[in-house]
Amino acid sequence: MEPLHLHYEVSGSDFTCAGEASGKIKRTLKSLGFSPAVIRNVAIAVYEAEINMVIHAGGGVIDVTIQPDEIVVVLKDTGPGIPDIDLAMQEGWSTAPENIRQLGFGAGMGLPNIKKYSDELKIDSTVGVGTTITITVRNPA
Amino acid sequence: MEPYYHSVRLDKDKCEGCIHCIQRCPTQAIRVRNGKAIIVAERCIDCGECIRVCPHKAKIAERDSLEELAKFTYTVALPAPSLYGQIANLKDINALLSALKALGFDDVFEVSAAAERISSATKKFLKENPDFPRPVISSACPVICRLISVCFPNLIEHILPLHSPMEEAGRMAREKAMRETGLKAEQIGIFFITPCPAKVTAIRHPLESEKSNLDGALAMNDIYPALVGKLGKLAEAEELQSAGLIGISWGMTGGEASGILSEDALAVDGIENCMKLLEEIEDEKLRDIEFIELNACSGGCVGGVLTAENPFIAKARLQHLRKYLPVAMNRASAEEMRGVLTAEKLPEPVPALRLADNLQEAMEKMNRLNAILETFPRLDCGTCGAPTCRALAEDIVRGYTTEQDCIFRIKEELESTGLGQAAEDLIPPPFRKKK
Repeated sequence: MEPLHLHYEVSGSDFTCAGEASGKIKRTLKSLGFSPAVIRNVAIAVYEAEINMVIHAGGGVIDVTIQPDEIVVVLKDTGPGIPDIDLAMQEGWSTAPENIRQLGFGAGMGLPNIKKYSDELKIDSTVGVGTTITITVRNPA
Repeated sequence: MEPYYHSVRLDKDKCEGCIHCIQRCPTQAIRVRNGKAIIVAERCIDCGECIRVCPHKAKIAERDSLEELAKFTYTVALPAPSLYGQIANLKDINALLSALKALGFDDVFEVSAAAERISSATKKFLKENPDFPRPVISSACPVICRLISVCFPNLIEHILPLHSPMEEAGRMAREKAMRETGLKAEQIGIFFITPCPAKVTAIRHPLESEKSNLDGALAMNDIYPALVGKLGKLAEAEELQSAGLIGISWGMTGGEASGILSEDALAVDGIENCMKLLEEIEDEKLRDIEFIELNACSGGCVGGVLTAENPFIAKARLQHLRKYLPVAMNRASAEEMRGVLTAEKLPEPVPALRLADNLQEAMEKMNRLNAILETFPRLDCGTCGAPTCRALAEDIVRGYTTEQDCIFRIKEELESTGLGQAAEDLIPPPFRKKK
């Protein structure tokens, strides 16, 4: 069975575009007929990660690999990196600038929400180099 | 009954085969083939956008006529609140209701009265069911319910499980008529005065129950001339009015949401706006909102395609008319909310967007779809009869058509036969490359 690959470039310059890739992924999963629960988990986790990419890293690339039993989404950026991942994973911890918070983002729930909605979350980050987040959502048979 | 009955239809003789409708349809339910539009029944949600946009008036809404009244011993008209906004210089709602009755009905029952009961029941429902998925989505607009069934099946569980005001009005009107006349239920004809085709569909193929409480629907714009005529000749108005400010406000955007009397209620109109909002609910971005009123038409029901008046004017009239009315004249008890007002069933998901029944096959098709899409120009020009390049690619993998539908594919083939520049000149000017 050939896995399905999707690739998206996320622009860091336009806030209003954040969520476009996660929206497209969601529509693809709907046409494939994945269960509502799986679609919701992927949509929310990827949306949060996509927003983070735009807020903190000036965009990046998203690669999705879809197989019947699992969906793996890799979000790669060349942003500032996360100095302390444990701290970043805490609910309410945020480094978002004030102008972003005024838009209703940056509440410090991004990473905790990604973890909550994914079955597996891997974060590789090097300060000054960038961050790669791998989200896995399984589709129970 | 057809599996997917729709009021919205095509008048084949009038269809010229242009592409206005395919590009406006929110669910991409229309294709043009052999010079005529085709509506894909599973996808159509009866929103009437194609009726609005068709320059040739080839999209029509099936509805009933006043002649249907003769089939019944006793008939009742159920005016939607949006009807009150259709009439210029209307001072007294009783006059309008009396004129409506004079069209040949034995009685008139205001849907706005039932709407007030739904408002009252909704408040109680929200209070009694804190664990029901938030935001709760109104069940009143049948286009929105069908849109959720087709495009957002995940959100069916958010739909308010109460009857629409139209169905509740139908139930009440029939009971009242039976009580007053002693006639049997089937001898009484209950007719909705509708602003939109979706309500016609909702009566013939209801989502909330097995059988509708109504017998038919008359379009506002059909009865409008006769209604205005009767109103002009009316000697005396009968006391028929039984609804207040909240009920009448349901005819326009914000009416239903404000009837909840909560600051956490939101009202949205226009099908595109509604779709964006439903996406946000799916992504759980609106967790703090208690209740959402969604109207497929801009302006709410006054914006329906079967109305006679400009929606902005109609809205201003409703605002004027409701000014001196009591806030509400009808309410529902918690027992009624849990009983007669509870919908028999929820809308069922329609798997129209799925590429195949099983995941493996769907993934193979999606792989093919993406590969085909790569070769298309992505101009969404519509010359193939599909609304977008993606929609054409989807039609191809579903086996409905071939890549030969794409004008650019034809051009490539002509070029390969040695036609060169001549092939370039054959395609329409917007698609030619710069010389």
